[in-house]
Amino acid sequence: MSVAATPDERLLVPDRPSYLGAGASLRSWFGATDHKRIAILYAVTITIFFFLGGAAITLVRLELFTPQADVVTADTYNRLFTFHGIVMVWFFMVPAIPATLGNFLLPLMIGARDVAFPRLNLFSWYLAILGGAFTVATLILGGVDTGWTFYTPFSTMFSNSHVFAAAFGVFAVGFSSIATGVNFIATVHLLRAPGLTWFRLPLFVWSLYATSLVMVLATPVLAVSLLLVMAERVLHLPIFDPAHGGDPLLFQHLFWFYSHPAVYIMVLPAMGVVSEVITCFARRRVFGYTFMVYALVSIAGIGFFVWGHHMFVSGMSPFAGLVFSFLSFVVAVPSAIKVFNWTATLYRGQISFEAPMLYALGFLGLFTMGGLTGLFLASIPIDVHVTDTYFVVAHFHYIMVGGTVSAYFAGLHFWWPKITGRLYPEGWARFAAILMFFGFNLTFFPQFILGYLGMPRRYHVYPPEFQVWNVMSSSGATVLAAAYALPFGYLLWSLIWGRRAPNNPWDATGLEWRTASPPPPHNFDQQPRIDVGPYDYHPEAVAPAPDQRPRRRQGEDA
Amino acid sequence: MSAFFVPVSASTQAATTDRLFLLLLVLSGVILLLVFSLVAVFAVRYRRGSSAPRGAMPAILSREFEIGWTAATLFVFLFLFWWASSAQVAALIPPAGALEIHVVAKQWMWKTQHPEGPREINELHVPADTPVRLLMTSEDVIHSFFVPAFRIKKDVLPGRYTETWFQATKPGVYHLLCAEYCGTDHARMEGRVVVMPAQDYARWLGARPEADGLAREGARLFVSRGCAGCHAPGSRVRAPRLAGLFGSTVPLSDGRRAVVDEAYIRDSILQPERDIAAGYDPIMPSFRGVLGDGEIVALTAYIRSLAAPEGRPAAEAAAPPGLAPGPPEGRSPAMEPGRALEGTPPAGGSP
Repeated sequence: MSVAATPDERLLVPDRPSYLGAGASLRSWFGATDHKRIAILYAVTITIFFFLGGAAITLVRLELFTPQADVVTADTYNRLFTFHGIVMVWFFMVPAIPATLGNFLLPLMIGARDVAFPRLNLFSWYLAILGGAFTVATLILGGVDTGWTFYTPFSTMFSNSHVFAAAFGVFAVGFSSIATGVNFIATVHLLRAPGLTWFRLPLFVWSLYATSLVMVLATPVLAVSLLLVMAERVLHLPIFDPAHGGDPLLFQHLFWFYSHPAVYIMVLPAMGVVSEVITCFARRRVFGYTFMVYALVSIAGIGFFVWGHHMFVSGMSPFAGLVFSFLSFVVAVPSAIKVFNWTATLYRGQISFEAPMLYALGFLGLFTMGGLTGLFLASIPIDVHVTDTYFVVAHFHYIMVGGTVSAYFAGLHFWWPKITGRLYPEGWARFAAILMFFGFNLTFFPQFILGYLGMPRRYHVYPPEFQVWNVMSSSGATVLAAAYALPFGYLLWSLIWGRRAPNNPWDATGLEWRTASPPPPHNFDQQPRIDVGPYDYHPEAVAPAPDQRPRRRQGEDA
Repeated sequence: MSAFFVPVSASTQAATTDRLFLLLLVLSGVILLLVFSLVAVFAVRYRRGSSAPRGAMPAILSREFEIGWTAATLFVFLFLFWWASSAQVAALIPPAGALEIHVVAKQWMWKTQHPEGPREINELHVPADTPVRLLMTSEDVIHSFFVPAFRIKKDVLPGRYTETWFQATKPGVYHLLCAEYCGTDHARMEGRVVVMPAQDYARWLGARPEADGLAREGARLFVSRGCAGCHAPGSRVRAPRLAGLFGSTVPLSDGRRAVVDEAYIRDSILQPERDIAAGYDPIMPSFRGVLGDGEIVALTAYIRSLAAPEGRPAAEAAAPPGLAPGPPEGRSPAMEPGRALEGTPPAGGSP
């Protein structure tokens, strides 16, 4: 903890009741309506799913060490990558930041007592559990082999696996994310503390707001498309079956109309987290706050009109392809602006490199690479060659794992003292952050080359000339697995043996740091009033001095 | 078969794609280097407590900066779009007179058929330096025809035709892979594309026992499946005549117009009630379940051959020199537009 804090902030008030101390019975947890407890429920759930999805892909990478089939059969392999995809996308990535960090922090950051609909919040967790139960049941019954994309007519008429149960699981968890979205939108609109105007909101709150809009508007389309898949599979309604005049391409349009915006559901909150972390550890106001807000909102908006870039070779009209290609280039602009602004935020800062900052800088590098390779995929002639190959696999892992998972870890470390009241071991955390960065690149960079060489995705066996790069990728995966196991170990350790955390260990400006660590059940003892923007670390015209204390913190009296 | 970093380049499209890829690689390398070095320089120079001067923030306003780099980024991206799309638009339409090969995909094999008749499984022999147009359909799920060395890929769908084309530049043997996940043996749905010099290809073709025209097979089917009963010239049933039909635009009974192409003919055979040609009664039965995909392909080729200029079958016109299926007198009368067919009432013989 290199950031100085005043003695009164370091003082811990042990007799103060925290949300963690408000009962230990099963009922006090599973019937909790406190957003902080629900966030913990979500965190435990997604951690379990993260390791389940990780276990599946470990077997896949093990199989790919050699060109021949030697670990699992083709059918098992197909079930493994499908399980990995479904679990990681819907049960880890989509809820990762919004439902855990977002749930915990949104009311704290806007000075509210809870979210707008606390019971709906709990209900949405139960929906996620219901969906998760179906997905795990699918696995126990023998798995599903359609890929996470459920393409028709394979999923509706040809697959001999448990498509219905898997689709229903995803259908249920979809409603969970709609409920969360509705809840967050209402919370931001109705429960901001007095004086907390829209343009005084922290960027993390803005990102959650934009994400919630996408969740509410896009997820119903996913629900509809899965419903149609279930209807055709079980009731034999002719919807996608060309033999009855149906259209298999229709499913792809519906599916990607959700699943492309879903990428932004996963990455927008990550951008929010990184904005909080970089400003705090650079002791700088964020560069171009209003542009950052507009960029978030325009990514969320334009993101609805680029789904066709998943379908350039699908048989869609080539003219539609050109339009989608154009819009895909356009949607990359606001992301580029954000990268430039984060970089500019470092300028003339007082930068320190605690673990959250290392994770955030890792995000910056990996997200930039993921975004740039997105330009390759937006160019139709290149996409024709590399779509459905490992190039695409590498690209979206750079965005979703390199980007979102790095940011999730940045946020988890940054707010760990606030959430648990304990400090994590800094040395271990920095080591894990660096290991994760290198492990990630070793795993996924070779896949760009594999993809350009022409190795298709979802291949159980492959031509032998691809082996070198696959061995490299699988070796990287072992490093990455170790890097993910580390935080699991030391964060659990810190829950019991970690040092007690002060209220504001990073000397940050956000409202969430004005209350106790861990916060009391009602969040704030008195209603905070805000008359200042979110990142007032230094006077506007003067760069921060070496021992600069924040000029004004949100919720602090002038 | 492929190099270490870049796959073998064996088609005209491969050269275009690689050029574009290289451009993007250099450009993103520059952007990446810019971002990484700025972050690195700032991280070192402005680390906490460093002696680098901070002082008053520079007078340049963030607004000007933001507008500047938003405009610059947009400009670069639009340039990329223009470059990539113009390459794409140019490659959209196959050159006239391309060799036409039919591809039928099924779990988990590729079936290909040459215009002269030879069929192959999981193999495709093509002449070098000749444009080849692929007309593809699937018998079950969605597959994707992918030849990395040619940088081409196109999904193959059930119930409709998709097409793509290439012009191979280098004789050799290349991977043919399925790129759209299609079930258990997706990874084993592989074949090879053999590119041969034109003379070798002609020799290979001539040596195939089934080197009989696709259109000729279609002509046989036209009779044996009963199409001729209504559609042959001189039939008493009032049905559209097919000579010269292919490639033309026909008015439909509901006022729309349709271009007669492979997809239209397929639909007319399988779903005849959908697009009724103007002036005819909807009396044709559906041939769904009666005709296989291969048979529809052959019938289409036959109908197409009836559209060739000066009464010469298209199959002959499209074939590379020296590969025509024999002199006209040795050919089936079915291939001559206007000639009567065996087994049907002779033209003009009706009462």
